[in-house]
Amino acid sequence: MSLERSDVEKIAHLARLAVSSDELDSVAGDLSTILQLMEQMNAVNTDGVIPMAHPLHMAQRLRPDEVSEIDERDHFQSIAPATENGLYLVPRVIE
Amino acid sequence: MHSKSIAALGAGLRAGDYSSVDLTRAFLERIDRYDEDLNCFITLAPERALARAEAADKLIRSGEAGPLAGIPIAHKDIFCTNGLKTSCGSKMLDSFIAPYDATVVSRLDEAGAVMLGKTNMDEFAMGSSNETSHYGVVRNPWDRNLVPGGSSGGSAAAVAARLCVAATGTDTGGSIRQPAALCGITGLKPTYGRVSRYGMIAFASSLDQAGPLTRSAEDAAAILQAIAGFDRRDSTSAQEPVPDYSEQLEDPLVGLKIGLPKEYFNEGLDGEVARSIELAVDEYRRMGATVMDISLPNSGLSVATYYVVAPAECSSNLSRFDGVRFGYRCQEPKNLEDLYKRSRSEGFGAEVKRRILIGTYALSAGYYDAYYLKAQQIRHLISDDFRQAFEKVDVIMGPTSPTTAFAIGEKADDPVTMYLSDIYTIAANLAGLPGISIPVRPAAGRPVGLQIVGNYFQEAKLLNVAHRLQRESDWHLAEPLGFSSPSRI
Repeated sequence: MSLERSDVEKIAHLARLAVSSDELDSVAGDLSTILQLMEQMNAVNTDGVIPMAHPLHMAQRLRPDEVSEIDERDHFQSIAPATENGLYLVPRVIE
Repeated sequence: MHSKSIAALGAGLRAGDYSSVDLTRAFLERIDRYDEDLNCFITLAPERALARAEAADKLIRSGEAGPLAGIPIAHKDIFCTNGLKTSCGSKMLDSFIAPYDATVVSRLDEAGAVMLGKTNMDEFAMGSSNETSHYGVVRNPWDRNLVPGGSSGGSAAAVAARLCVAATGTDTGGSIRQPAALCGITGLKPTYGRVSRYGMIAFASSLDQAGPLTRSAEDAAAILQAIAGFDRRDSTSAQEPVPDYSEQLEDPLVGLKIGLPKEYFNEGLDGEVARSIELAVDEYRRMGATVMDISLPNSGLSVATYYVVAPAECSSNLSRFDGVRFGYRCQEPKNLEDLYKRSRSEGFGAEVKRRILIGTYALSAGYYDAYYLKAQQIRHLISDDFRQAFEKVDVIMGPTSPTTAFAIGEKADDPVTMYLSDIYTIAANLAGLPGISIPVRPAAGRPVGLQIVGNYFQEAKLLNVAHRLQRESDWHLAEPLGFSSPSRI
C-alpha cells in the first residue's frame, strides 16, 4: 500500500505535526516503504491467535488508593516554557 | 588503570592504592583528551562527580562500601538525572533539566558509583547508528569513519575507549546489544520488567528495558545487581526475586545445551561474521556444551512486527511533548494548534517524526486491526517459537548483528535498510526475553558480537555462559588503538 500526499496531511494533523508541502512527497515515499515492510506480516495466518498484551502475561498490579507523592508544582513548573500564578500559559483559546 | 575490571578497581580502592577522587580525575582527563573526537558525551558533570567520589572515599574508608563504590560510570542521556540536563538526544529536550532521578540512576547512586556524565544516543533511542542524535554522530573507537551502532552508541563507544568503567543503556529492539557488538564490548538486555523503567524516557513501553554496557560479563553482573529488582514506581516491574548474579559466574558448562536457530544463519549474514560465531561456538563445544540446530520459524517477521508495535507505542508516548509543560516551545505561536504543531515539528528530528507518523497511521481508525492487532498476534507466535525452543535447549546463540560496523552515512538515507541492522536482536524484545552480546573474533579488524538469548529471568545463566567464554579466550580484552595515554594511577 502506498500513501498519497493527502494521507500524509491527514496523519500529520492527527499526530499534531506540521509537514510542509514540499516535504509531503518525500515523507509519503518514506512512509510507503515502511508500510511495505509492515505488510510482510500478511504472509502469516493469525486467525484465532490471542494478541500478546504483555511478554510475561502479567496482570496489572493494583495499589491502595493512598497519597504517596508530595506537592512539587513549583519545582516542576520551574522548567516549563511559560507559567503564571501556578498555571501553564498557552495562547488564548477562548475569545 | 583504565583497563581494569570493576572488581580490580574496587580492590585497589579498598587497599588505598588510589582514591575514587584519583580515579574520577583520571577518567575525566581521558574524556577531556579523547572525547572531542568521539563525541560520546552530551553532558559532563565533573563537579558533581568529584563530590560523589569524595563521598565514596569516605564510605570506603569506613569499610562499609559495596563493590561499586567509587567506580566511575556514565548514564545514557535517556535516564532522568535530578538537576542535570536530560536531552534524550533531542532538540525537544535540549533545555530539559530533569526534576527527579530515574530508579536506575538512584540505585547506582546508592551503590556509590560515580556518574561522570550523560552519553550520546540516537534521538529518543530511535536509530541503530547514533546518527539521529541532535548532538551529532558518535565515532566508533575502532575506526573513526564507522558508526558505533545505536541507539546506546555513546555508552558503547565510551566503554570501548575506556572513557568510563561501565555505562547504562536501554534496549527496545537491540539498542544495548547491537552497539556493544559493533564496539567490541559486553552488553546485556535483561528480561522485560527486570529493571525499573521509572525515569527512563519512554519509547515503546512494552519493549523498553535498561541494562549495562561493560567490558566483561563479570562487570555486567555487578551493575545488574545494583539496578535489578522490583520498583513500585514502574507498573510493569517484575516482582521476581533477584538472585546473586556473581554466584553462578564460574559454574562449568558441561552439559549446557546450545541451540543455533537456522534462521539466524541465512543469506543476510556476512560470511566473516558467521565464521567468528562458529569459532566461538566451537569454544563452547570444547567446554563440554552440546550444540544443536533449532528453528524459530516466525523470526523472519520480527522486523515487520517491530516496526508496527514500536512506532505505535512511540506515537502515543511522544504525544506528551506538546510545548506546554516542559521541553521545546516554538517562537510566537499563533494559537494552541500552531503551538503544538510547530513545537513538535521543530523539536523532533526526521526519524522521530517518521515513526510518530507511521505509528499514528497504524493506530488510526480503520487500520488498528490490520496493523497493531495483527502485530500483537504475531508477537505471540514469535514468543511461542522461543517457548518451544527452550524446552530443548538452555540458551540460544547466534550473531548479534548481520554485519560489522558500517560507515557513517552509509545507511543514513535509507530507513528500512537501517532497520534490518537489528534483524537478530528484535525478537528477544518482542518476546520479552533476556539477551547478551559479547565480543568474539573480529572480522577484518572490526568487532563482532555473539548474541546469547536465555529464558525469562535467566540473566545469571547468560552471565555465566558469557563469563566462561571470557575466561577461556581474550577476545573481550582487545582494545582499540590510540586510547592508551598513561594515567597517573
